[in-house]
Amino acid sequence: MNTDKSIWVKDLTKKFGDFTAVDAISFEVGKGEIFGFLGANGAGKTTAMKMLIGISKPTSGAAMVAGYDVFHQADLVKQNIGYMSQKFALYDDLTIKENARFFGGIYGLTNTEIKSKTQQLITDLGIQEVVNQNVGSLPLGWKQKLAFSVALLHEPKIVFLDEPTGGVDPITRRQFWEMIYKQAHNGTTIFVTTHYMDEAEYCDRVSIMVDGRIDALDTPAQLKKQFDAESMNEVFLKLARK
Amino acid sequence: MKRFIGFVKKEIYHILRDRRSLFILFGMPIVQILLFGFAITNEINNVKIGILDKSNDEISRQLIQKIDASPYFQIDQYLYDSNEFETTFKKGKIKAILVFEAQTAKELITKGSVKIQVLTDATEPNTANTILNYIQAIIQNFQSEINLQQTIPLQIVVESKMLYNPELKSVYLFVPGVMTIILMLVSAMMTSISIAKEKEIGTMEILLVSPLNPSQVIVGKVFPYILLSIFNAIVILLLGFFVFGMPMNGNLVLLGLESVLFILSALSLGILISTISQTQQTAMMISLMGLLLPVILLSGYIFPISSMPQPLQIMSNIVPAKWYIIILKGIMLKASGIALLWKETLILVIMTLFFLALSVKNYKIRLE
Repeated sequence: MNTDKSIWVKDLTKKFGDFTAVDAISFEVGKGEIFGFLGANGAGKTTAMKMLIGISKPTSGAAMVAGYDVFHQADLVKQNIGYMSQKFALYDDLTIKENARFFGGIYGLTNTEIKSKTQQLITDLGIQEVVNQNVGSLPLGWKQKLAFSVALLHEPKIVFLDEPTGGVDPITRRQFWEMIYKQAHNGTTIFVTTHYMDEAEYCDRVSIMVDGRIDALDTPAQLKKQFDAESMNEVFLKLARK
Repeated sequence: MKRFIGFVKKEIYHILRDRRSLFILFGMPIVQILLFGFAITNEINNVKIGILDKSNDEISRQLIQKIDASPYFQIDQYLYDSNEFETTFKKGKIKAILVFEAQTAKELITKGSVKIQVLTDATEPNTANTILNYIQAIIQNFQSEINLQQTIPLQIVVESKMLYNPELKSVYLFVPGVMTIILMLVSAMMTSISIAKEKEIGTMEILLVSPLNPSQVIVGKVFPYILLSIFNAIVILLLGFFVFGMPMNGNLVLLGLESVLFILSALSLGILISTISQTQQTAMMISLMGLLLPVILLSGYIFPISSMPQPLQIMSNIVPAKWYIIILKGIMLKASGIALLWKETLILVIMTLFFLALSVKNYKIRLE
């Protein structure tokens, strides 16, 4: 077992009755790496990710996340990762500060920690004037950045982002990726699923899932070479049609 | 513990910031109880009654006069024979008949006690109950008046007979009924909606990925509603007691404990509903159709269970509200203790455990 990797997965499998949703996938993700987790709808991405974040028990195989075993140490895994869903889930009827307070609190941060981190977050995002507004009244792009910052509040070693850019405009997407880069540069591992193939190009390495298996895994440049393709989009289509 | 407090705080913000839920939580109990309360009491005005006076003496004449003088009753007809009862009631105008047996005054003075019979038309059970209550009150009043001049107290016993619906026993159906509905509404509907809301907006996922374990999440969500339900129960009891004179004969501690038990059973139903609904709307529909309707129709609150067809009577047994209403009435009206109510209590306990086990199982399946 390689523990200096952020994520280490070996033959991870999930079956629902006769149906194999995730079929013995194996991969590793290094510290500070931006790892793109791609696949068509129904390919098993979400199921695989749920096993890694400790809310679904694998049927067989092994996986270490942030140095902890997902089978037996799910609680420690949860404490050391951050997660942001495609819904940018925050409480609409709470203010920015209250949201930060609540989510910081459930990760066991102390009051002073929460205060200083919330202040930091507000300065970083430049949202001083709306601090006391309910989150529901903010534009989607702001909610997205806020959800990301809240997921990072407890300084997780790894952040899992489930389609983090759905529904926002290209400029906001670009800005969001800048936040991701900055975070990765600080040593946080980023595990991201996406539908946008141009975003796949921003990742250090990319895996593509087809029918529960990982059919390709490499840097975007290598993948394009391997599949003789112009873009990641073409790589993806070639794999899907195989 | 700190996490738990944070959770409860957040939940209270949700409740206070949503005007609709705020109204359901605080406005509804008061509106309902006043509505039901006054709708029932207002019916008693100039109710027409009949008299069969076989003794026609001092006591019976005085009492008849007193009843006629009250604003609640109006003597419409004097009967001369007991075989007239049937036809009189069937006409539907007269709601009650007072029967004085021969030599009422003599019996009262020689034996110290006499019986007066009150027959009521119980096709409208609530009205019948109220009529009987008022007549009883007037007779009691009369009794204490004549006793002022007596050394040995005299007793006039009211012998009541509910015609057409003899099983109906309790007065003040509505306080226990409204209490049951409100507790069901707050505990089951509001919790199932609030949990379903977390699923809908996606925060449930975030909570499950957090170090909180699922049971902490559920307890944190449910806890504020337990407090609210208890608060509501107290408001209803106070209104019932002070505004409508609901008797409070039994042990208040027992009443409180039984109410907490019912709240828990309703909460477990709410959790169960939330495990099968993905959106707030679904949760609300299931709660309304699956919980509120049975509570209103099958709990014996509005429609007496004994007058239902057999299949419905059997079905009513699986409605927790039925047992809670029996318990409430037992404690409030008959001062029953746990010795008499252990069966109903046990049923509620078993139901609560069953619903809880089922929701835990459902919840796990969803997580797998």
